[in-house]
Amino acid sequence: MANHLFLPIVSLMVGASLTVLFARQRWLARGIVVGSVLFHLIYSLRLLWVVAAHGRQVSQAGGWLAPFGITFVADGATAIMLAVASLLTLMTVLYSFASLDEGYERYFYYPLILLLLLGVSGAFMTGDLFNLYVWFEVLLLASFGLITLGGTRAQLEGGLKYVVLNLMGSIAFLIGCGLVYGVVGTLNMAHIAERMQTIQQPGIMTAIACIFLFAFGSKAAILPLFFWLPTSYHTPPVAVTAIFSGLLTKVGAYSLYRVFGTVMQNELIHLAPWILTIAWLTMLVGVFGAMAQMNVRRILSFHIVSQIGYSVMGLGLASSLGLAAGLLFTAHVMIVKTALFFIGGAAEQIYGTGDIKKMGGLARREPALAMFWFLGIISLAGLPPMSGFFGKLALLQAGVTQGAWLVTGVATLTGILTLFSMLKIWNEVFWKKSYADVSKLPRVSPGLLLPGALLVIVSLALGLGASVLVDYTTVAGMQLFDQAGYIQSVCGLDGCEAVFQAAIR
Amino acid sequence: MYESVILRTVARVMMPLLLLLSVFMLLRGHNLPGGGFIGGLLASAAIIMQIIAFGPTFARKVIRVGYLNMAAFGVFFGAIWGLPALFFNLPYMDAFWINDPIPGIGKIGTPVLFDLGVFFTVVGVTTRVALLLAEEPELFPMYVQAETEE
Repeated sequence: MANHLFLPIVSLMVGASLTVLFARQRWLARGIVVGSVLFHLIYSLRLLWVVAAHGRQVSQAGGWLAPFGITFVADGATAIMLAVASLLTLMTVLYSFASLDEGYERYFYYPLILLLLLGVSGAFMTGDLFNLYVWFEVLLLASFGLITLGGTRAQLEGGLKYVVLNLMGSIAFLIGCGLVYGVVGTLNMAHIAERMQTIQQPGIMTAIACIFLFAFGSKAAILPLFFWLPTSYHTPPVAVTAIFSGLLTKVGAYSLYRVFGTVMQNELIHLAPWILTIAWLTMLVGVFGAMAQMNVRRILSFHIVSQIGYSVMGLGLASSLGLAAGLLFTAHVMIVKTALFFIGGAAEQIYGTGDIKKMGGLARREPALAMFWFLGIISLAGLPPMSGFFGKLALLQAGVTQGAWLVTGVATLTGILTLFSMLKIWNEVFWKKSYADVSKLPRVSPGLLLPGALLVIVSLALGLGASVLVDYTTVAGMQLFDQAGYIQSVCGLDGCEAVFQAAIR
Repeated sequence: MYESVILRTVARVMMPLLLLLSVFMLLRGHNLPGGGFIGGLLASAAIIMQIIAFGPTFARKVIRVGYLNMAAFGVFFGAIWGLPALFFNLPYMDAFWINDPIPGIGKIGTPVLFDLGVFFTVVGVTTRVALLLAEEPELFPMYVQAETEE
């Protein structure tokens, strides 16, 4: 029993409510936000160590046993995701201090950020399908607030698309939950996994799995369902876009990993060829979409879609190796993507526009910003020594080992196209001569530069110390794919059915 | 706001009754139908009835509470009462009860306090939403501000 698993959730809940209460006392509110996110970060770093040392951690809310109560489970994948998510949130909060005006702070920006992290952490840790839905709702409500906070016309328009399409995904998720409960009679993930092995009609489970693929796929922005993302992500303030790109789609990817990788493994093996097809199509369409764009944040938004293709590829390989590589890649891309949004957003703030045609000459004016941007893009494109290289290398290795040639080839090609598309921003914004006099532009403040720079440095550090990370994700991938071990840690050695029968009697 | 004598008379009489009933529901709730959520809805119904009968300005004057703060306090109060269990190495939200029931109130334990947090949250949120809808032009203060700046 690891009862401490609820601490990060409670700290965020308490932090969010206190920041609402003290929204007018600006510095106090800021202190509370930083305090509670910092607590979350320290906790999740410790959890990384605890999981490595003692294996999977499980806690049952209120002491109700597993198939009946709410279970919280933390394995390697959870710990990595939690750590990255809280790191990104901390950086976003610091970036917001420098970039947002007071109106946002007064209208509950910080509580919404904390609630977003709350929903994300809950979704990472929960061991119950319906509870996962609830956490998704928590993070979606917070994101609805964040995307429209400010209330400009463009934001409301983007927000509307975002809300409608995400609600479609939520409805599909809810329908899936209902069907699972109807077919196997339980919503605890471990219990579902156990009962699915003895199910009478396997066909209906495939149908349910497809509904879940639709539900999580629309959150993760995979191929036919991604169009809400580029139309809405460039409208809110940069800090909000950055945290969305770091957390939201990745929660969808993580849920795909959890539900397909751990719970519905049989269905994963059925659907693997389709998932791989979706993966390479998503990569290609995302990167081609990015090429056609001329706005910094729109380009980056399309790259989110493209990178999700890689995460889905890890899932589609349907092996612990593939899941491990996918986890490694997802953790890396969360960090780098957010860093690029921070730096691109800082450039946007200097020029007052995100149109790359109108920008230029920043490399001379802001060499530090340009350097970190460059390191960021080579990490995203996957060049050594950055973390992106090892993320992609692991995926390609897994792909080659399993003979998935098409998706591996497309992944390589997409890497090159990504570099091309990123160099477009580099050329236009940083390298080319500016039409206007650059020396009249405002300087970038340290508050805008540091969060992105720190994340790029983290990416570099992860690249240099890749062996530790690769070892960790390999173990995490095995834990994620180890269905029997999952059931035993959640419900005890006899499995959930034994607990269930004993309670019924 | 309706100019109706019947509604206003009823609203005046019902308000204390509904508030009392909500407290009763809150306290009986742990093992019987009721609880923080139901109690909170009843209490907010009492306030919303004032809004409908006398208008939002009057309702704000009668009960001077910041409803948003009340909701935030409720979340805070609800969240912390699961924590004592952690000190005894029990899972979050494990309950503690006093041994003897208090006459007139019944048994008191951490779940009742948690329910009190739920009560505040529900009253705060529902009343706040009702007030916002009743005072609609003030729905988007930031929007109004931004337009005047431009």
